[in-house]
Amino acid sequence: MGDLLVLVISCIFINNILLAQYLGNCPFLGTSKKMETAIGMAGAVVFVLTMAGIITWLIDVYFLKRLDIEFLRTIAFILVIASLVQFVEMFLKKSIPALYAGLGIFLPLITTNCAVMGVCLINIQEEYSFLQAVVSSLAYAVGFGVALVLFTGIRERIILGRVPKPLQDTSIGLITAGFVALVFIGFQGLV
Amino acid sequence: MLSAILFTLGLGGACGVALSLASKVFYVYEDPRISQVENLLAGANCGGCGMAGCSAAAEGIVTGKAPASACILIGPENVSAIAQIVGSEAGAAEALLSYNECSGGNRATDRFFYNGLNRCNAVASLYGGKRDCTIGCLGFGDCVRACKFDAIKIDDNGVPEVDKEKCVGCGACEQVCPKTIVEVRPMSQRLLRLNTDDDALAPCQQTCPAEIDIPRYISQIKSGEYEAAVNTIRERNPLLLACGRVCPHPCEEYCRRSIEDDPVSINQLKRFVADLEMNSGKRFPISVAPDTGKRVAVIGGGPAGLSAAFFLRRLGHGVTIFEAMPKLGGMIRYGIPEYRLPKKVLDWEIEGILNLGIDHHTNVKMGVDFDLGSLIGAGFDAVFFGVGAWDDYNLQIPGEEYAGCFTGIDFLARIGNNKPIKLGKRAAIIGGGNTAIDCARTMVRTGAEKVYLVYRRTRNEMPANEVEIVAADHEGIEFVFLAAPKQVIADSDGNVTGLEYLKMELGEPDASGRRRPVPVDGSETVLEVDMIITAIGQSPDLSFRKEGTRLDELDITRWNTFEVNPETCQTNVPYIFAAGDAQTGPATVVAAIGGGRRAARAMDQFLKGKPVVGVPRALLSQRHIDESIFDTVPGVEKSKRVEMPELSVSERIDNFVEVDLVISEADALRESSRCLNCCRLCYDPDQLREQNVDAG
Repeated sequence: MGDLLVLVISCIFINNILLAQYLGNCPFLGTSKKMETAIGMAGAVVFVLTMAGIITWLIDVYFLKRLDIEFLRTIAFILVIASLVQFVEMFLKKSIPALYAGLGIFLPLITTNCAVMGVCLINIQEEYSFLQAVVSSLAYAVGFGVALVLFTGIRERIILGRVPKPLQDTSIGLITAGFVALVFIGFQGLV
Repeated sequence: MLSAILFTLGLGGACGVALSLASKVFYVYEDPRISQVENLLAGANCGGCGMAGCSAAAEGIVTGKAPASACILIGPENVSAIAQIVGSEAGAAEALLSYNECSGGNRATDRFFYNGLNRCNAVASLYGGKRDCTIGCLGFGDCVRACKFDAIKIDDNGVPEVDKEKCVGCGACEQVCPKTIVEVRPMSQRLLRLNTDDDALAPCQQTCPAEIDIPRYISQIKSGEYEAAVNTIRERNPLLLACGRVCPHPCEEYCRRSIEDDPVSINQLKRFVADLEMNSGKRFPISVAPDTGKRVAVIGGGPAGLSAAFFLRRLGHGVTIFEAMPKLGGMIRYGIPEYRLPKKVLDWEIEGILNLGIDHHTNVKMGVDFDLGSLIGAGFDAVFFGVGAWDDYNLQIPGEEYAGCFTGIDFLARIGNNKPIKLGKRAAIIGGGNTAIDCARTMVRTGAEKVYLVYRRTRNEMPANEVEIVAADHEGIEFVFLAAPKQVIADSDGNVTGLEYLKMELGEPDASGRRRPVPVDGSETVLEVDMIITAIGQSPDLSFRKEGTRLDELDITRWNTFEVNPETCQTNVPYIFAAGDAQTGPATVVAAIGGGRRAARAMDQFLKGKPVVGVPRALLSQRHIDESIFDTVPGVEKSKRVEMPELSVSERIDNFVEVDLVISEADALRESSRCLNCCRLCYDPDQLREQNVDAG
């Protein structure tokens, strides 16, 4: 139990997928201009990442490792994640229309999100057990959401400052992201 | 190697099978048009349309929540293809246009100085912005940056100016504006806007019962855009020719210039552009929204009914007017004499309204030729009552039944309708309102030798328009003030020979603030007349309300008028609406027009199945925004107001030719430049000086 708690804290804060690993950069900059959008994206990522983490772990352990074809891991994961997102989209549309309407445009956007792929690969590389893989996927996704929402809050306030023309918009966004990442370094050594 | 190939094939196959199975199992019926429409959209998921991605936009377009032109990225071919798929005409879909209400801009004084902030959004979150005016434009151009089509720029006056050719109505500017200055609305929503106390309104515009954007049309006249000025007026008032002639222009009383100088002659300017359109030989086009398939019956073709019909038609509803008299126009045809509003002018104006596609039936009376049941049976979705106030009050004195006694509206309607009437040579008109003056001036024109106007108070208390009183005086009408009719005297054949009245003197002020006249004992005097017209007010004729019918359930006030919610004009029967004199009691044409538009707004909500509600903080032209009413207006230099040209007394005394004439174009341009172009707080005090410099 204690191990899992350590894993959760490590995934959310210390090894934050956005700020420490710097994966999922496109949605981080693309959907962080408005809080509403950011929260929608965070929700969709939590949902998809947890699902993807579970399925890819199963595929890896029961097929790739047994057949000794781990070199196909990347391409297999891409296929699985893309299909999964499509599947989830159809499932939600039929069964939980409210959630589908809420996640809306963000579901298909995650299809090509490197954070999802990254977490799935980390789960395998770190040789997590099934339970650990589930928890790490969920925690990484929560970490993604936390970082995205924090960053959006800052970006919404950047407008109050006088930003020199060459640095406006994405440039100042990247610089700010760097500062936020620096702040997250402060969590190093927590566990 | 083999296992790798097999695994890849297997995984691909499994994914394919799973997805195809899923698409079968989780199939949700979707209108096939949605995917057709989606294929025609840009596919960029940019959100410019305000919806979550292209799929959502396609669904919105097909379900009618968004127009065919919702996507801001596609060209006109795709828009018309989409319109074909969803079955609406591409050209008929209403264009969204960005529109800016504030004209303050650089004229507004600064309250704060912000160092380093250069975004509207930023300064708005710090103490609400730098300008003195709390609602006005902040001028940093967030809207300009938000516009992807380069359609907005901040003009020389410091307010956003929209290039209508480039604007696609995406609404990006409205979303970023921290104030409510830039609005993106289709014309039909603009038509329905009611003034609220947080709008950028000049005092004149707050006062106008029809809520016309007066400063805008005056500035359009000033820059020679006469058609634009007519369109601006038509957004609020379909009867500009009639109003330009008979409106008592309460707006001019609140003209900010009048604090230091004579007010701008607003109504003359309205008449100028209205006459210009009529005399140009063509009609300026009026936009009409696509048909909604709903039908409305308008009972009464007077100003309220015409106004409601005009606006409902422009919103796309089908309208049929039912009028009891032989021609449309109501009180402005039958209650206002020819010399003030020629019938030819009125006919031209009404024809323009009917040309929008409004059906009408005349000589049909509610309760006689048809009733509410037959209207509902004929498939009308809502009914508007604009039946006016046609029942004259009686004096309740002995002898009113003698031959030679008439009531005001009845008399004017007979003259207006060319019905035979036995006219006297010496007439007494009883009353002090505009109807009484109209009767008196009409009598003069029919060749009466002597016309008295008998009023129980003094000239100062007369409710008639000042110009009308002056004109009546010029035409030789004798005013008998402080006189209360006591009885009508007649000869043995029952013909009127005189009117006996009691002299009065003014006592203590009554509830209306006017000093109450009290009779002087033993002061009976007889006026020798052979005709008496009583014009002391009217009330609506609601005799069509029969017992046991739906109309009987209507709430009626103690003044015999319709009881309605003043913001929506809805009665207690949800599909029945009422406005005009029938709801307010006898009032002005412009008030009836304003009421008709308010009713049209609420009926539109009703017909579209939305809750019928008013507007929070609506002004309803009965109150003013405190901060916009000034005591002094520094910087205004006096300049003479344009004189109204009129026929001389000798030219007009024996005929019904129109008395008031239209001002010349040069006068109109000069008068329009007297306008201070006020907004809520801003005005141009140096208007006149500039003009003098130009001229000199």
